[in-house]
Amino acid sequence: MTKKYILGLFRDEEPLLHAVHELRKEGNKIHEVYTPFPVHGLDEALGYRRSRLPRAAFLFGCLGGTLGLSMQAWMLGVDWPMNIGGKPALAWVDFVPVTFELTVLITALGMVATYLVSSNFIPGNEPKMPDPRITSDVFCIAIPVEGASATVGSRLRQLGAEVQEKEVEL
Amino acid sequence: MFESPTRRPLITGKTSYTQITEDIIKPIEAKPTKWWYLGFTVSLAALGLWLVSVTYLLFTGVGVWGLNKTVDWGWDITNFVWWVGIGHAGTLISAVLLLFRQKWRTAVNRSAEAMTIFAVVCAGSYPLLHAGRPWLIYWVFPLPNTYGSLWSNFNSPLLWDVFAISTYLTVSLVFWYVGLIPDLATIRDRAVGIRRKIYGLMSFGWNGSAKGWQRFESVSLILAGLSTPLVLSVHTIVSFDFATSVIPGWHTTIFPPYFVAGAVFSGFAMVQTLLIIMRKSMRLEQYITLNHIDVMNKIILVTGSIVGSAYITEFFIAWYSAVPYEQYAFANRMFGPYWWAYWTMMTCNVITPQLFWSRKLRRSLTASFIISIFVNIGMWFERFVIIVTSLHRDYLPSSWLMYSPSWVEICMYIGSLGLFFTLFFLFAKFLPVIAVAEVKSIYKTSSEEEIAKTAAKEGLDLREAHAHTQGAH
Repeated sequence: MTKKYILGLFRDEEPLLHAVHELRKEGNKIHEVYTPFPVHGLDEALGYRRSRLPRAAFLFGCLGGTLGLSMQAWMLGVDWPMNIGGKPALAWVDFVPVTFELTVLITALGMVATYLVSSNFIPGNEPKMPDPRITSDVFCIAIPVEGASATVGSRLRQLGAEVQEKEVEL
Repeated sequence: MFESPTRRPLITGKTSYTQITEDIIKPIEAKPTKWWYLGFTVSLAALGLWLVSVTYLLFTGVGVWGLNKTVDWGWDITNFVWWVGIGHAGTLISAVLLLFRQKWRTAVNRSAEAMTIFAVVCAGSYPLLHAGRPWLIYWVFPLPNTYGSLWSNFNSPLLWDVFAISTYLTVSLVFWYVGLIPDLATIRDRAVGIRRKIYGLMSFGWNGSAKGWQRFESVSLILAGLSTPLVLSVHTIVSFDFATSVIPGWHTTIFPPYFVAGAVFSGFAMVQTLLIIMRKSMRLEQYITLNHIDVMNKIILVTGSIVGSAYITEFFIAWYSAVPYEQYAFANRMFGPYWWAYWTMMTCNVITPQLFWSRKLRRSLTASFIISIFVNIGMWFERFVIIVTSLHRDYLPSSWLMYSPSWVEICMYIGSLGLFFTLFFLFAKFLPVIAVAEVKSIYKTSSEEEIAKTAAKEGLDLREAHAHTQGAH
């Protein structure tokens, strides 16, 4: 669904960061900011909560470790114990490498899957972005027209932006 | 964060965000050069050799190799370990250097990671074919079966290796692709028609939003944290294949760290070889600077010295252990029938990297290129020496045998190089060889232009400080 946005386009990251700070201080509602590379401190300036992906990673790690260890213990210790030179069937130390590898594998795959799904990054999805130059050299602040103050456009210009009004889906 | 203005720049010449996109994406959009076609054709020819020898092998059996009852691991396992070792630099650069916040990694991580993946693919092909019937390779995985179920033996280092290598390949691939998504979007947004469709499909709808970048950085950091112990575990487990056996020359506790250092050593040498060719042929001198070549040579020097010390330690311990079998194994390496392999290894791995104490040689492209090739030859011989010299003199002199490779093994080796380079040439043509977004993120702190601006503001004259980096190209 498309909506009308006021777009402030910047050519550099310092004026962008400054503008984000100013606009938020003045009580403007910013929909989202788009940049060609990760700008340090932008998420804090926008007041975003820290990503919960590390927690997801931790849970997948616990799952992987538990699955890995219990799989080996069950297969060699319970389901089909083998007598190898009278040594114990449940040789825990031998299970360490595979437990470790499976922990890493399941953490990595689970976390990346969570990342892709939560960001709606699915193969073939059309990008929801206000300007195609964002992936090269343009930094953009998008403010929804609905509910924005009448002066926001001139304020953006004052802060060094090139201002456009566009009907886009973001 | 404070950045010293006298720090040497990592991006040289006139640049801007627009220019960085242009410089790195252009080769993908343009027609390949003559050199690309030439290199690709040669690689394809070598790959053809691989197909022929592997087909012959599959229809005939592993008996076509030069292996015998005494030397039952030869070029196959040598090449396996060699390729896995080469596959260590990529993840080390992208993971360990990310954790240490080393900015120079941004110019080299993408191609090093690609190299890692292709090298692990080549490595994996050897145990797969060594198994004899590759179509039954799924038997190594603990799948329910009609034998009971009889499960895989988790006490065996060979099985640990299966898990280590397949996890390493998967995680490296995922790490690489996650990093590629923003750059694929950059190509998408410049393209039209079918190219836009394909790169659009591959870039998953990336839009450069602040939330997207926040998650991206979070995921990259955790993947780096996971990959760091992973990369150390992989060659450790490969070394267990030898160290947990009771063959003199293999049964040593020094193997895990020694193998990991050797792997990083050979991996960096291969990255160096490829980067020197790539920066020249794709005109990336502004991004892959002599400073990059220099720091990588320092890593080669450090890991080469670790490997050298390991050789000497191993030799000392063999003598000090007072075990006659162990002592014989090492004396036999030096002065036995395979003495030439041992001394090739010692020369290439212990002596050549020491040349990098000289700053002049570290910053010379020709010297770096030649030494990097020497290191790769030396590291191949290291594996050959460990495997073949330890096996060929069995406990009973009646089973002493010599080993030499058959034409099938030789063709498979040249062929695996063909497979590796074919994949690398395709990568260089269709994907950004430098992480565009990441290079932009260090632009402000590390480009020649911005450093000069900062210095001018503070009234410093950097001409002298940078004189040696400027004229270097």
